[in-house]
Amino acid sequence: MPFTSEHEATMDTIIAKYPKSRSAIMPLLHFAQAVDGYVTPASIEKIAEKLELSTAEVTAVSTFYTQYQSKPVGEYHVGVCINTLCAVMGGDAIYESVTEHLGISNHETTSDGKVSIERIECNAACDYAPVVMVNWEFYDNQTPQSVRDLVDGARTGNPPAPTRGPKTLRTWKQNSAVLAGISDGLANEGVSAGEPSKLGLNIAAKGGK
Amino acid sequence: MTQLTPVLSANWNDSDSFTIAGYKRAGGYAAVTKALAMQPDEVIQLVKDAGLRGRGGAGFPTGMKWGFIPQGDNKEHYLVVNADESEPGTCKDMPLLLANPHVLIEGMIIASYAIRANHAFIYLRGEVVHVFRRVQQAIEDACAAGLLGKNIGGKGFDLELTLHAGAGAYICGEETALLDSLEGFRGQPRLRPPFPAIAGLYAKPTVVNNVESIASVPAIINNGVEWFNSMGTEKSKGFTLYSLSGHVTNPGQFEAPLGITLRELLDLAGGVRKGHQIKFWTPGGSSTPMFTAEHLDIPLDYEGVSAAGSMLGTKALQIFDETTCVLRAALRWTEFYKHESCGKCTPCREGTWWLVQMLKDLEAGKGTEADLEKLLDLCDNIAGRSFCALADGAVAPIISSLKYFRDEYIAHQTQGGCPFDPAASTLFESVAH
Amino acid sequence: MTTETSTAVEIEMITIVIDGFEITVPKGTLVIRAAEKLGIQIPRFCDHPLLDPAGACRQCLVDIEINGRAFPKPQASCTIPVENGMIVKTQLTSPVADKAQKGVMELLLINHPLDCPVCDKGGECPLQNQAMSNGRSESRFEGVKRTFDKPVPISSQVLLDRERCVLCARCTRFSEQIAGDPFITLNERGALQQVGIYENDPFNSYFSGNTVQICPVGALTGTSYRFRARPFDLVSTPSACEHCASGCSMRTDIRRGKTLRRLAGDDASVNEEWNCDKGRWAFKYVNNRERLATPMVRGDDGELHETSWPHALEVAAAGLKGKRAAVLTGGRVTLEDAYGYSKFARLALGTNDIDFRARPHTDEEASFLAAVAQTATTTYSDLDKADHVVLLGFEPEDESPIVFLRLYKKVRKGKLIITTDAPFASRGSLKLNAHRAKVSEISGLTSKSVVMVGERLAETPGALSAALELVNKSGAKIAWVPRRAGERGALQAGAISNLLPGGRPTSDNAARVDISTAWGVSTLPSDKGRSTSEILHALTLDSDDPKALDAVVIGGVDPLDISADALSQLLNTFIVSLELSHSAITAVADVVLPVAAVVEKSGTFLDWEGRARSFEKAIEESLNRSDVRILSMLADQLGASINLPTVAATRREIESLGNWDGARITFDKSAITPENSVSGNEAILTSWRQLLDLGTLQGGEDNLAGTARPATAHISVGRATKLGVTDGDLIKISNSFGSITLPVEISEMNDSDIWAPRNSINSQLMANLGAVQGVVTVVKA
Repeated sequence: MPFTSEHEATMDTIIAKYPKSRSAIMPLLHFAQAVDGYVTPASIEKIAEKLELSTAEVTAVSTFYTQYQSKPVGEYHVGVCINTLCAVMGGDAIYESVTEHLGISNHETTSDGKVSIERIECNAACDYAPVVMVNWEFYDNQTPQSVRDLVDGARTGNPPAPTRGPKTLRTWKQNSAVLAGISDGLANEGVSAGEPSKLGLNIAAKGGK
Repeated sequence: MTQLTPVLSANWNDSDSFTIAGYKRAGGYAAVTKALAMQPDEVIQLVKDAGLRGRGGAGFPTGMKWGFIPQGDNKEHYLVVNADESEPGTCKDMPLLLANPHVLIEGMIIASYAIRANHAFIYLRGEVVHVFRRVQQAIEDACAAGLLGKNIGGKGFDLELTLHAGAGAYICGEETALLDSLEGFRGQPRLRPPFPAIAGLYAKPTVVNNVESIASVPAIINNGVEWFNSMGTEKSKGFTLYSLSGHVTNPGQFEAPLGITLRELLDLAGGVRKGHQIKFWTPGGSSTPMFTAEHLDIPLDYEGVSAAGSMLGTKALQIFDETTCVLRAALRWTEFYKHESCGKCTPCREGTWWLVQMLKDLEAGKGTEADLEKLLDLCDNIAGRSFCALADGAVAPIISSLKYFRDEYIAHQTQGGCPFDPAASTLFESVAH
Repeated sequence: MTTETSTAVEIEMITIVIDGFEITVPKGTLVIRAAEKLGIQIPRFCDHPLLDPAGACRQCLVDIEINGRAFPKPQASCTIPVENGMIVKTQLTSPVADKAQKGVMELLLINHPLDCPVCDKGGECPLQNQAMSNGRSESRFEGVKRTFDKPVPISSQVLLDRERCVLCARCTRFSEQIAGDPFITLNERGALQQVGIYENDPFNSYFSGNTVQICPVGALTGTSYRFRARPFDLVSTPSACEHCASGCSMRTDIRRGKTLRRLAGDDASVNEEWNCDKGRWAFKYVNNRERLATPMVRGDDGELHETSWPHALEVAAAGLKGKRAAVLTGGRVTLEDAYGYSKFARLALGTNDIDFRARPHTDEEASFLAAVAQTATTTYSDLDKADHVVLLGFEPEDESPIVFLRLYKKVRKGKLIITTDAPFASRGSLKLNAHRAKVSEISGLTSKSVVMVGERLAETPGALSAALELVNKSGAKIAWVPRRAGERGALQAGAISNLLPGGRPTSDNAARVDISTAWGVSTLPSDKGRSTSEILHALTLDSDDPKALDAVVIGGVDPLDISADALSQLLNTFIVSLELSHSAITAVADVVLPVAAVVEKSGTFLDWEGRARSFEKAIEESLNRSDVRILSMLADQLGASINLPTVAATRREIESLGNWDGARITFDKSAITPENSVSGNEAILTSWRQLLDLGTLQGGEDNLAGTARPATAHISVGRATKLGVTDGDLIKISNSFGSITLPVEISEMNDSDIWAPRNSINSQLMANLGAVQGVVTVVKA
């Protein structure tokens, strides 16, 4: 969609956070995904104009980082961790199962536009393996069945809540806005820490084992 | 007595540990008051004396890094916190920031004060939205409480703190790539010199520290050098977060003094999963050469792990039992490095491309023993030849797995494929379609 | 003419040992450069002496120890400066470095296609060469190579073959660091990293050809040269660029008597290793269909007929003999040719009616040229040392692109202030961070500052006077930067009424004696002589008018460069035209004498510095003659020999004359023209020529033309609002002569101003408005 004056004002606010405007390119690309769901040519041109860069310079940045999508993804973008540890613990089986279930493969979106799949690398939650991220929210300790249920729920508009995250799963665009620095006020929802995170703490509290 | 020393994780059982109220209730922000009453150089000296070393992997002394910032140079200084935690196996900073973002902010206030920085940044990997929310909220709350912004604590110290989301690039954990990324470029490593301490962010003197390093500072200020030095080993002082994952009964975070062994940690974690034995493990993420059951008693500090031929790294202890094919693990990590190679230099970009193809062939049972020599020679042409350390990390799983499990590589050849059943490694029984 | 003045600066010298040989080099020298000085060639791809070090390809790894402490692993010699106590072992003495280099080379080749037999770079390819010298004899790679679509046009003139690319980033660094045009970038990541453009914006940089030249593989190729030749089939000749006064050293590559390509030559003090795309790719004019091959004489039927040289010269001489004739040379001829015209006018025609200015001009300018420009000694090196450069009537990126590169180089390092009097910030000005100011507002200049004056300043009476006043009061250096390659040489040769060769004032008795002695004649004409416009006017006078002229010898002039009525002024006079191709002048000429193009002759251009850029004939087999040779024959025919049988003889004569050391003409100050005031839909039009436009010498090269900046009219926000137009909307610019219609580009500028390109598609001002500046009416189209 074309950028409205409201969008432009938001972009200006983002730019103002940095000593040098070019630094705002990454949050602006996240913002572009919040508006359009992916990085469109129009947003590349708009960002170039805002930051006084060439369109090539913006392209160079947007294509470097894997979170920036060059084509639309689903409302619920499902990332299955297939890095070694998660893969071994079940990530490969989960990926195989969910893609067969949905009939799509890596970087593809279901025809209803609801769910897309990506093989993702380590997401810093190895003690919760196998891990699946949906719109970059944690879904810990997954199984093939739990992920099939997850995507089924997502397709009918009832995805389960993230394990460590807000009470309700937000959409891809909504979460992209958060990464652009636009608060959704949900920081206080969810647990402080999952059980594995507190394992050592709780053992210590019991005086040893 | 427990060997565990929960400091950073001490309040994680509180349901509001991540809020400013929760943090303050646990004694938070006392260290800021204490530090702001000191001279900046005294703070640097204290951190130097404590012997705090970088918790991001390299183990460089934190106080010394701060001391490199030229003072009185009439330039802006910057503190940049590296929260790009992406090394496979590494999972300590994200739960820390989820549960207690304020301890990082408190550490950043103190560090910025020490190095005379008035603008600090947190470069947080983008793939963790809820962590982003927590940190952003914490910054807003700290601002509202007068802990950030102008004239902090009435001491005339100003600090602006900006949270910046990455967007999926492991290489941005390399500090100069991180700085380029933060400046709005492709995250590719910079030539050094100049080092960030002289010309870092926006070519100004900059300290780049890991989350856990900075988060450890308030406790040091509060409890003193002696307290910190009472933990750990001679050259590896203090406590740290060890992350156990994989085929262990209870994976999770363990805060313990440096120098604890995996045997001790496994003991706390309920051992390797029932009915299985440890086969190989990484001491500090996939870039650190793997160990085996022989290495369970190595002290997990910077020197101990190094002496055994690996690196302490991020203390990401990934445990794999005997059901796991080491070649599959090595291949998957190599695919990761290929995916994450920034593309700047030839050995890493082309080398990982080739390595993946060779390992795929080897996994499929193609090839001969001579190919293993070729593989090692290729690793030799990549390691130490590339622009940054990413490629050194990339060959680590290959070289180390060949060192300990050469027979398994050969078994793939003699059996014409992988002798392992991947289903046996999973946490669930079987894959139901 | 200028000589470099070197200032002695204390430079710390450092001695290191490379492969057992000591070498002493200035501090800051990179190891790879120090090795070069010893004749030790370390293989490399990303390294380029004029680009910031990258350390990306890793081909130049060497072992280094400093004061006995060895680096644990081989280091990239292109990124490490020498240090005292350094001992370097290259592939020649270190097995580790040798293996490292062979390893990197093997990796560079695993994804490189084996299409050398059909690659333009084959035979002159650093990858090919260094794979032979520093690579393994056989690859161990048995896997699948990376493939991409090939080739992809990234502009109409540059093709990209990503499979061949070794990702050295020379092209992207050049675009950003040297040209300031980051239109090509490294995109994607890791093994998929690739050079690319943004899909909707092609690589339309004026300097894009340099990326083709510095590409160490065949990844970037020129569309026009693709598949045309193998390097070993080409005969290369050093040459000088004829397209502007920047003075680029060039190399011309010829195959079977035809120019197939031209490359930037190396000259550290002028163009370094760069040139612009016009210089590189605009050479098809030499072989265009309109090119003249044979002399022609207009017959009784009113048509031109091919004839023999003796007959043509006979007719020309008959038409000139005893007539009142003048000479117009244009700004494109060489120093030697201009000298020929200068001497021909004085000896063969007995007149000072000669002018090289085929463009709007004034007497103020003639005075400025004689008094100031001819003696100016400012050089590129002065630009390197400058603190502040003022651009007056001069748009470097369009009008002297190498001057632009030189300025940008220093601006990029934040060490140079640029001020321009341009009505809006052009793309070039934006890159230079130029401040816009009127000459009267400029202050803060020092003796290190340089005021660069373009030929367009002559279009505003008084402007040159104001520029000189600025120079005089500040002690800044002055440089006159004409657009065309031949102007400074023509000035030196005396192809202008008020000067004889070497800056000798025509009005000065002693100067005339000096020259007449050298030329072996008793006297030289002492009349004041006339300018181009005065000559044209005189050609229209009744023949009984004492001021009337009857004939004119014209070399390489486009009448529309001078004025809208120049051509009509030439209609009823006897014209001898020395020309390359059929033109507006040959169409009305009585005798047409074909001349040699730059590649077909030897000669010299004086660049804006006054520096001689001599070149030899590149196309040996060409029988075409340089203007001076033809003029010499014509003079012989007229019975008034100028005795310049060859270019070499002419060069010697010019050198023997040297420069005038007597009194110079003093500058005749003119009053500054008051600014026009405009109201309503009126606006003050200004213009200049864009680098790539409809210029005669760019003909026949569509790939080059495809990268020209589209013509737009620049107006202020205020005027745009008033007209109700926004970027891209059409406006009509008109005056009593005619009109043009152009899309609008809104810029920061005065509401009273409007700017349009002078000679671009849809914007040929002289032809359509009869003027290149002045008051016009602007309405929405």
